[in-house]
Amino acid sequence: MSQPIIEFKNLNKTFRTKSHIAEAVKNVSLRIRKGEIYGIIGFSGAGKSTLVRCINMLEKPTSGSVIVDGVEVTALSEKELRKERKKIGMIFQQFHLMPSRTAFDNVALALHGLGLSGQQIREKVEKLLTYVGLEERMHAYPSQLSGGQKQRVAIARALAADPKVLLCDEATSALDPQTTRSILELLQRLNRELGITVVVITHEMQVIKRICDHVAVMENGEVVEEGEVFSIFADPKQKITRDFINTTSNLSEVYGLVEREDPLVSLSPGEVLAMLRFQKASVSEPLISSVSKQFDVVCNILYGDLDLIQGAPLGGTVVIISGKQNKVTESLRYLEEKGILVEVIKDARVSDQSIA
Amino acid sequence: MQEFLTKVLPNLSVRVPEFQKSIVDTLKMLGLSGSFVFLFGILLGVVLILTKKGGILENDILFQPIDKVINVFRSIPFVILISLLLPLTRVLVHTSIGVKGAIVPLVIGTVPFFARQVEAALSEIDQGMIEAAKAMGMGTAAIIFKIYLREGVPALARATTITAINLLGLTAMAGAVGAGGLGDFAIRYGHNRYMTDITWVTTIVLILFVCLIQLVGSFVEKRSTH
Ligand SMILES: Nc1ncnc2c1ncn2[C@@H]1O[C@H](COP(=O)(O)OP(=O)(O)O)[C@@H](O)[C@H]1O
Ligand SMILES: [Mg+2]
Repeated sequence: MSQPIIEFKNLNKTFRTKSHIAEAVKNVSLRIRKGEIYGIIGFSGAGKSTLVRCINMLEKPTSGSVIVDGVEVTALSEKELRKERKKIGMIFQQFHLMPSRTAFDNVALALHGLGLSGQQIREKVEKLLTYVGLEERMHAYPSQLSGGQKQRVAIARALAADPKVLLCDEATSALDPQTTRSILELLQRLNRELGITVVVITHEMQVIKRICDHVAVMENGEVVEEGEVFSIFADPKQKITRDFINTTSNLSEVYGLVEREDPLVSLSPGEVLAMLRFQKASVSEPLISSVSKQFDVVCNILYGDLDLIQGAPLGGTVVIISGKQNKVTESLRYLEEKGILVEVIKDARVSDQSIA
Repeated sequence: MQEFLTKVLPNLSVRVPEFQKSIVDTLKMLGLSGSFVFLFGILLGVVLILTKKGGILENDILFQPIDKVINVFRSIPFVILISLLLPLTRVLVHTSIGVKGAIVPLVIGTVPFFARQVEAALSEIDQGMIEAAKAMGMGTAAIIFKIYLREGVPALARATTITAINLLGLTAMAGAVGAGGLGDFAIRYGHNRYMTDITWVTTIVLILFVCLIQLVGSFVEKRSTH
């Protein structure tokens, strides 16, 4: 694995208030690779923000360490920390722009203290605002900008000091789906073009699916599952991960249909209702039609949900397969051999004798 | 015209120079003590906001005493404060009467009020903005001057307006105990010698001052709100 740019080692953060103790982060060890987009997903209160805020020490960990680009930030003095923070950009759900300043001045503020001349600052700010697509709105105040435009200003501001890492705390959670899409595209672009490592916090699996390379799933302060996005989607181990994945897919709706005894899933004798899920990145073969031919069964696709994740198709279909009992059974086994995850949801197979 | 004024304002028209001096005295008291109040009030308000719980320099040892002293001073009625402060006033300005003598009690009586107003104004600033500033690598001084005292301008303008109007009221009260100014003028003639025309005109002048302060305050607030 390539050099990690961020590393958490046995990180703990406990908040103590008069009334109670909150273990926001519990013994987290993670490595985030240079140049990737890393997602952290979890429900509200899972500890995502606290974990990420330990990267730039907005939150001081109770124990454990965080290393950013070779520097142990948990061991820095206030002064060293201020310098280090310039290398770590951050954007927020509520943007946190300064309302008394124009877009231009908001970005310029982040260049304060870097020893640039007025001319250099002007050029840099213009370049940044152009990069995020706001060259037309440079002199607008935040109150005159839409949510998406505000987030673009915030991104330009976060990029001002040429950071190596960009932290995004629910950066798209206050935005509509279309704006979310364009902001995610911008994050992807700056990741690819500028080589900035991006850490994305979200409670939406769609965000992970669209742009992340690796993902960590958090629950009650712990990382319960971690890995490459494709393999997590293809083979989730934890229930919470499956729940998150189900929010992005309609495949699981079949269970509701069965429960409600919907006519769509009522089977005639000899039929099997099954969910077929593609697990590997190599499902280009026309498996369903070849099964139909090879085993002389009829495959009726009720619906499907296929998606591209990290450039590879992933998803599945819900089908009704009908035919002779042993042929149906053989075709299911064949599909499994081809690496498809087969789940029989409802079975009305009958023995060959009774059909005959 | 002259005749008309003499008829309507019989007592004032023969005391115009004294009236003018009392206006100047009031303005002097307001300007001088106001400047000190503004300076110390902002200073204390900023210290409070920085050191209170959740502030960027959270520090109970500093916050608690300041907080308590402000509460104590705010609960002392101004007339009593004036006599309590007499010895201090004499030491500081070598007199306890006139405009100079009034400055000390006016400042000490108003700073606690203004400091609280400043604290309230600055706590309107979204904590997220402070977080963003910290994440940008800004230090304490930059956060004070570039965020609190910049983004807080509209709320600070409001706080300053209220305080200035309050202070104007107190200068009139200080007048009652020998500080000079419009309050003194009104009490000496209007109240003690039943010269109602003087009471009325003084009141109108004070109302005009209040309106002027309001106007300037609203203007600053509007100009700084985007
Ligand atoms: N400043 C704080 N004081 C006390 N408890 C906190 C503080 N910040 C977060 N917490 C608690 O820590 C837990 C994790 O919070 P957070 O990291 O914000 O979760 P997430 O970002 O996943 O929604 C929550 O139970 C929250 O109540
Ligand atoms: Mg959060």
